Order: sequence, then C-alpha cells, then structure tokens
Amino acid sequence: MIEFRGVTKRFDDGTIAVNGLDLVVEAGTITVFVGPSGCGKTTSLRMVNRMIDPTSGTVLVDGRDVLTVDPPKLRLGIGYVIQQAGLFPHRTVLDNVATVPLLSGWSKGRARTRAAELLELVGLPAELGRRYPVQLSGGQQQRVGVARALAADPPVLLMDEPFSAVDPVVREGLQDELLRLQAELDKTIVFVTHDIDEAVRIGEKVAVFREGGVLAQYAPPAELLARPADDFVAGFVGKDRGYRSLSFVDAAGVEVRPVETADEPGGDGRWRLVVDADRRPQGWRAPDGSTVPGGSLYESGGPVRGALDAALSSPSGLGVVVDAEGRLAGVVEARQVLDVIESRRG
Amino acid sequence: MIFADAFAWLLDAANWTGSRSIPVRVGVHLLYCLGAVLGAAAIAVPLGLYVGHTGRGGVLLVGGSNALRALPTLGLVTFLYLVAGGGQVGVLIGLVVLAVPPILAGAYAGIQDVDRGVVDAARGMGMTGAQRLWRVELPNALPLLVGGLRNATLQVVATASVAAYVGIETLGRPLLDGLRVLDYGQFVGGAVLVALLAVVLDVVLALVGKLVIPRGLRLSARPRRRAKAPRVG
Repeated sequence: MIEFRGVTKRFDDGTIAVNGLDLVVEAGTITVFVGPSGCGKTTSLRMVNRMIDPTSGTVLVDGRDVLTVDPPKLRLGIGYVIQQAGLFPHRTVLDNVATVPLLSGWSKGRARTRAAELLELVGLPAELGRRYPVQLSGGQQQRVGVARALAADPPVLLMDEPFSAVDPVVREGLQDELLRLQAELDKTIVFVTHDIDEAVRIGEKVAVFREGGVLAQYAPPAELLARPADDFVAGFVGKDRGYRSLSFVDAAGVEVRPVETADEPGGDGRWRLVVDADRRPQGWRAPDGSTVPGGSLYESGGPVRGALDAALSSPSGLGVVVDAEGRLAGVVEARQVLDVIESRRG
Repeated sequence: MIFADAFAWLLDAANWTGSRSIPVRVGVHLLYCLGAVLGAAAIAVPLGLYVGHTGRGGVLLVGGSNALRALPTLGLVTFLYLVAGGGQVGVLIGLVVLAVPPILAGAYAGIQDVDRGVVDAARGMGMTGAQRLWRVELPNALPLLVGGLRNATLQVVATASVAAYVGIETLGRPLLDGLRVLDYGQFVGGAVLVALLAVVLDVVLALVGKLVIPRGLRLSARPRRRAKAPRVG
C-alpha cells in the first residue's frame, strides 16, 4: 500500500507541482495517475521512490515513511519503468534485466538465470538476451524495461508513461501484456499517463490531476466516466465518455442470433457472411454479389461496447460475434444492443 | 625536388645512427608525448568525470579550458623553460597544458551526453552515485573520452616539435636545423616523420578504442540494423 498524506511539492522556482495530495493506493491494484502536462502526476510518482522529496507531507510505502529510508536502498525494493525504457546501451539485454539482482548482491549466475526467466515472462524469446538494446524495436525495449523492473520481485512497481513512445498498435499489446502480468503477479502498480483512454483501460482506480497539482477525482474508471466530479474531469475524460463507459457494462441479455453464410445455397439479395473452413469470419458478401471487408469482431462475453461497435462498423449493420477461438458465434443488431443498454438504466 | 631531397635525407644511413639520429629523436618525441598525454589525462579525466557526474562547475570548466586553449604554445613552452630554469619539466608542463582541454572536453561531454533517461533509470533502480558513475556513465562516455584523448595526442605530437627550440632532441630538431641552413630536404623529412608519427598513434588509439568501448555502443554508432528475430512487441 502507498499512502500520500498532505503531500505538497514546491520547486525552487516557486511552482507548486503537487498541492496537498491525500491519496491511498491499494495494495495489489493498478492505480493510474492521469492529467494534462504540468499537473504533478509524474512528480507524485517520483516522490514514492524519492527521486523527488516532498516539501511537506508524508509518503508511506507499506506504512513506512519513505524519508526514513536511504534512497538507493528504498529504490532497490521498488520497480521503476520509464518512458523509452532507459535501457543501458552498453549492456546486453540479459545483463540489463539482471541489474537490480546484481546490485542487491546476487551471484552473477543466479541473477542471469532470473533475468532469463523474466524475459520469458514478458514474452520475449531467450535469444534476445544476448542482444544489445539498440538492436531491439521500441516495443521490445519497453518489455525489457518491464522485465528489468520486475527482476528482484519488488512488491511495488512505478511506471512513468511507459508506453507513450510506441505506436498505438504496439501500445495496446503492451497494455494487454501488463494486465496479464498483473493477474499473475499481483503487484501494487502506480502508472502515470496523459492518455485517458490508456488510464480507463488498465486502471482499477484512476486519479485525475488538474494543473497546479490538485487531485480532481479519484475513482474506478466506470465511475469516472459515468459521474465526473466536475467540469474539468468531464472535459478531460472527453466527448466520447458516454460511449467509452460502455466498456464497463456487460452484455448479458444481448441476443446473439444465427446468420446466413456465403457458402450456404440461396440467399440472393441479402447480406451473407463469408467464413473460412474453420468458420472464422472473412468479410461480407453484399447483395450485389461483391465481397466487402467486415467490421470489428465482438468476442462473446466482452463488454457491451464491443458489441455495439461491431454492429455499427459492419457493412451489413449486423455485428459479428465470435467465440474465444475466433469462430463465428452469430450476429447482433445495434438496435437490440441499445435496448439492452437502455434497460440497464431503469 | 624538395621531396627527392627529403627522401634522400630520410634514407641517408648517417641519419639513422648516433645520438642525434632519427630513431633517437622519434623516441624522445614519443616519450614527451606519452608523458604529456598521461599527465594531462591524470588531471583532466577525474575532473571531467566529476563535473559531468555532479553537474557542478560546468560553466567554470568550459570557460577555463577555453582560456587554456587560447594560450600560445610556443610562448608558453619558452616561458616555462625560462621559469623552470631550463630542463625538460617546463616543456612537459607546456605540453600538458595543451593536452588538458581536449581530454577535459571529452570526459565532461561524454558524461553529459549520456541519455538522461538512462541516468534516470540507473538512479531509479537504486544505484548509488558511485555505482552510476562507474557502471553506467563512464562506459557510455568512453567514445567521447577516447575521442578527446586522440585529439590531445594529435596536438601534442605536432607541438612537441617546439621543444627543439629549447634544445631538446625531438623531431622538431630537423625542422629547425633544416630551416636555419635552408636544407629543405631535412626540413620536409622531419615534417613527414612528425605526420607519420601522428597517424600511427591515432591508429593505435583507434584500436584501443575498439577494445575498450562496449560493443552495444559501437553497434549504435552504425546505421540501425533490423532486428532479425520475429517482432514480438
């Protein structure tokens, strides 16, 4: 558990980066600090491992005032991941990951064995361990950064905009990977980002900061989207918050009905779904006989946002539902999904 | 014609034996250069590392080393020679003063140029100041530090010739003698030797650089290579 008690940070030039922050980060959760630049989110994070010391107030990690611990010793017990990874260019990937165990006095052999395990954990092939950081892609470097932070198995992990320098597709993969790792490892993670979508995607709780270092709202993402505390938060979570909040609504009650596929005989003048031999959707056969690419696929059981998006993005107006293996399960209609959403309100 | 004369001078067996022969002068020249570069490194490397690591006194350091650069070397060597009352110490000090600025600049800039994210990560992972300096900053500063040493060596090799003015048997001797008696063969022959020595030393230092600069940094100096493994991130 991490606790901020009345924490204020005033820099030498007089700017107040963090103003009277009171906040508790629950053990074993991902808590996201989000806000515009200059809102104090990174400063708050860096006060946890004493990269910055507060002007007043107390930061406690597991009940202990961090100011009572020698910084290097404190930091060895707290994982730290930064933007663009900050890997040591002169060391191999494996030795990068082994850094903290070696600093903590492990033998070289044991540290390297542990590092190899970590590479596997973050989904990197073992032979990458012999490479140098410059030989990796941006996404691979970030994974190594995460592996390095986890190497000594610290209970707390601080992540400062770790994924903001990679392209959106890779970023989404890294977010999924983080959620998977967290399900396995159960760390206390503080994650800083300026991207509200990233915040609601990975955060179990989200702290929204405003300029001047003031905490504007601290709530689970669903609540943040449904009930923003004020105009600032409402503006920050964005125009699409009504739509995005559907990420937190389950789709029970949405009727999935069968659909005609193109390999069945007949069906002229209607939209029919093209599937491959494993019944994986490939696109739509239009009434005029042409084949067009399909919309997004909705994996059965996911939140209602996916179902609505599948229906809205489909050329036929029918959202394609697939099972966990990606095989066709049926279709949904936008109208029907909206009815379910409406009925939840009542 | 001059080059033929120079060639003749270089190949004249008489110039290769005795206490004023080419090998002796090359040896003396080398000795002064080695002493000057080592002496300068002993001063400039620790100072540059300290200022680069702590960030304290950077302005003073840059200003000071620029002022050193502005000193006229010949005047300095003569002055020190007179002040030190003859002998080799004055000459050596003059050459050290000449060699300090490039080494200082290499060490300081080498540390300063280490990616801020890398230094931040080192700190954030729990390295002490000393661990950060020795394990992260210094290895990453080596390319620029070695570059500074090469610069200093080139300058010292060229300038050690002036030691001949005060009677020391460096490769400046044939330059001075040749000029005095208008023996251009000797003059150019001496110049060729100085240039050759500079090139040889630079090649040697380049090889030393290859040995001491970490592989990961040498890779990054090249055009970025495509990773061969399947992209998983």
